[in-house]
Amino acid sequence: MTPVARRQRVPVALLVPAGLGLLFLVLPLVGLLVRAPWTTLPRRLTEPGVLTALRLSLETASAATLLCVALGVPLAWLLARVRFPGRRLVRALVTVPLVLPPVVGGVALLLVFGRRGLLGSWLDDAFGVTLPFTTAGVVLAEAFVAMPFLVIAVEGALRAADPRYEEAAATLGAGRWTTFTRVTLPLVAPGVAAGAVLCWARALGEFGATITFAGNYPGRTQTMPLAVYLALETDPQAAIVLSLILLVVSVAILAGLRDRWVGTS
Amino acid sequence: MTARRLRATLAGALAAALVLAGCGGGTDDPAAGRNGGGPVTVFAAASLTESFTRLGEDFEAAHPGTTVTFNFAGSSALATQITQGAPADVFAAASPATMQTVTDAGDAAGTPSVLVRNQLVVAVPKGNPGRIAGLADLVRPGVKVALCAEQVPCGAAARTALDAAGVRLTPVTLEQDVKGALAKLRLGEVDAALVYRTDVRAAAADLAAVEFPESARAVNDYPIVVLRGGGNPDGARAFVDFVRSDAGLAVLTAAGFQAPSGS
Repeated sequence: MTPVARRQRVPVALLVPAGLGLLFLVLPLVGLLVRAPWTTLPRRLTEPGVLTALRLSLETASAATLLCVALGVPLAWLLARVRFPGRRLVRALVTVPLVLPPVVGGVALLLVFGRRGLLGSWLDDAFGVTLPFTTAGVVLAEAFVAMPFLVIAVEGALRAADPRYEEAAATLGAGRWTTFTRVTLPLVAPGVAAGAVLCWARALGEFGATITFAGNYPGRTQTMPLAVYLALETDPQAAIVLSLILLVVSVAILAGLRDRWVGTS
Repeated sequence: MTARRLRATLAGALAAALVLAGCGGGTDDPAAGRNGGGPVTVFAAASLTESFTRLGEDFEAAHPGTTVTFNFAGSSALATQITQGAPADVFAAASPATMQTVTDAGDAAGTPSVLVRNQLVVAVPKGNPGRIAGLADLVRPGVKVALCAEQVPCGAAARTALDAAGVRLTPVTLEQDVKGALAKLRLGEVDAALVYRTDVRAAAADLAAVEFPESARAVNDYPIVVLRGGGNPDGARAFVDFVRSDAGLAVLTAAGFQAPSGS
């Protein structure tokens, strides 16, 4: 009885915009499904170029997510737990990649990590390492664009977490590092997982910064979004198929992870 | 009192502006109809950016009351937009193949005509620090080359030219359009790029062109056509006539394009 009663109390003023919002998000997907060339789908799925791009996408997005977690969680902790001058400015700077058009982000990365870039020229001279046009460059471009999602999610989780657990650990003699690893991290683990998922999803769909910084070469830097864009130039049907594959795989992975890590809610 | 008066003044000014705007629109339209004016929307290949921008200004000067709006992008992307119903009056493509997708879809009003031709060159930084003399030098170890992807006309032409020269080149990147390849070169990330002669001429301050004989095998025709889906067929025809006139061709050849064969 209770669920029914609860359902009846949903205000129309919320239900209607909620439904419209859902429709707005789902309709483009319906468009892809309706226009998909179902008869040629199996043949296109087995084209070697498709699987190469898909594997590269999954690998680079995962590597970018690891990089974002390794750097982004400490950054989020710093923003949430340490008072320092200019903290608001730092917090604003973290969101820069969100507002920057990705293509501009790619150019900015080239100016820093490119062959003639501020750090890139030194990397090249000292170690013979050049990042543009490499798979590492793809990871870098994706991490640049996706990291804010992780930092914002984790910082939000940290701010919502009850600081008394950390205080209790401190009064029991735990140092800040021990408190962070033994108390804080387990406390905000769902937030980190949610942030990592957002981060991974953003990295997977990355296009502009990737093609600008890492270029486009099959097997090395051509991720699925790049393959989709180029397929669109000559063969829109192939582009639809590629988009669907990317969509199905990413949704399947996200749904699988959600059940395992975040728990169903 | 003053605040209220200010508000009243503002409201009056706003109303006057609205009336004026309305009148302006009312008097504009018939005039536009008379001399084939009004807005003209032109979808043109990325490599036409500089010369068509210039021609658009000349056209507007010659036809007062007319505005030309451009959408420059890779020809294939433009063809897709047009076949999906983008309201364009004119389409100028960088290859007959991309034009054909538009004519096949029945979006062209009339038959496309070849406006100009364009040829590939090896673009290198000014002064040619890598001392690149032709296609064969591009496969030297350590030379990084950007090509266009084969899906776009400049990439298809590059493939033809490389095959004709028997050069097996592995580029570091296959860019989505000619401007992308050019950007990688100008930022110093590659040592050379196969682009159109016109692109190098437009960036003559930073880049130099190395001509190579095999490019004659991969000359791209640039067809132009009036489209069905636009709102201004008269203006579209006037614009096409204008760019095909002697004055228009002079601007295009100054940019490095060649006049079409047989004219």
